Amino acid sequence: MKIGLSAVLLLLGSMISGAVQAQSSELYQQLGERSGIETIVEEMLLGVADDERIAHYFADVDILRLHKLISEQVCNVSGGPCEYTGESMAVSHNNLGINNADFNALVEHLIAAMEQENVPVSAQNKLLALLAPMHQDIVE
Amino acid sequence: MPKRIFYGLSVLLLSAVQPALAQQFESPGSRLLATGGASTIEGSGGGGIVPWATLSSYADEGEWGATVQMTEVQVDDFSLSVQGASFNWNNRVEVSYARQQFDLETIGGELEQSVWGVKARLSGDLVYGAMPQVSAGIQHKRNQTFALPQAVGATDDSSMDYYVSAAKAWLAGPFSRTWVANVTLRNTEANQLGLLGFGGDKRNSREWVGEASVAVFLDRYWAVGVEYRQKPDLLSFAKEDDWKDVFVAYFPSKHVSLVGAYADLGSIAGLASQTGWYLSVQASF
Ligand code: HEM
Repeated sequence: MKIGLSAVLLLLGSMISGAVQAQSSELYQQLGERSGIETIVEEMLLGVADDERIAHYFADVDILRLHKLISEQVCNVSGGPCEYTGESMAVSHNNLGINNADFNALVEHLIAAMEQENVPVSAQNKLLALLAPMHQDIVE
Repeated sequence: MPKRIFYGLSVLLLSAVQPALAQQFESPGSRLLATGGASTIEGSGGGGIVPWATLSSYADEGEWGATVQMTEVQVDDFSLSVQGASFNWNNRVEVSYARQQFDLETIGGELEQSVWGVKARLSGDLVYGAMPQVSAGIQHKRNQTFALPQAVGATDDSSMDYYVSAAKAWLAGPFSRTWVANVTLRNTEANQLGLLGFGGDKRNSREWVGEASVAVFLDRYWAVGVEYRQKPDLLSFAKEDDWKDVFVAYFPSKHVSLVGAYADLGSIAGLASQTGWYLSVQASF
């Protein structure tokens, strides 16, 4: 009986991890999975907070919530097992008055964070290519 | 105007300008590393020999930027020295200036030319959106040593080049590397850039020529690429060939870039197969 139960658990466990495996892409893994992504987003936001070009946009923003949402989103677009629970890019950046220079400034901090975390160039490029189309919804 | 008021005004002006200047020096603009490209031998921002749709420096919307450059080209029987500077306003308009000294090492003598350029970004962005960045530009060239060009059949000592360029970057192109391509269509009557004057005895008409560049970024800082530039052939004394080069570009920071190239400039002034190296350094502010 004991053996039966642990066999079922083992089977269940391998089914779940198999499903996760199938979902999570190489890119997600190269970004360091969930914890790697959370570190990258944290470093990016620290860079942003220190950057007088764009820090003012985030003065009244709940940074912990933003960190959670951007991490979810990066996890999701990179093929990880995450659901993005925030607003659409168009809605959340509506009327903020973000211009091209602001967008590039944030991307610069994202790149710096990925460099810091030794993300391979190919993975950096893939993530940037996935995020770049959001430019049209974010920049006015 | 009383001295004191003048003094007060200048202090006010200086204190207004200085932080802006200091800030500019710290961060030369918000566009991403390497998107300012290099300086061409004609002063415009681009590759080495082809002006690109990108504007020089890192100035983005709401910013200004500037560059200075020095370039040396050494082929079998000639050498070219270029000193140039450019100014970019809002990533919308680029104004550039370049001086060229062309040393006829085997034949003897020196040719000189200055080039003023203006380029405007008409639409699109190199990195974002589906459409390429499209720009149009003019280069006003004046040859300061017209005696030799005139003697070999050139008709004018100054002229304008007009061009349209389109450039696009693929952030994760083949091999998951960032690729950049540029095509330029130029209307010109310049002989060897204008160093051998403008117009000619063989043909005295303006021509459309095509130019292209492709580069791949190995990482954030290093790129390799090729360039090709069609040339008109208006003088009967010597055939003018298309130019091509293979280059390596290094962008250690937004402040400075280095380009080294191997160039094949074909036949120049009757001396065949001129090949050699090209070295360019640019500083951005
Ligand atoms: C690809 C680039 C970007 C991505 C992926 C991104 C992602 C996000 C996400 C997921 C949220 C949370 C949405 C929600 O509240 O439900 C958000 C909010 C926000 N973003 Fe961005 N963003 C990007 C670029 C920028 C830029 C360039 C700026 C400004 C310089 C900016 C400023 C903000 C601000 C201020 C908020 C908070 C809005 C609010 O809570 O009212 N974002 N962003």
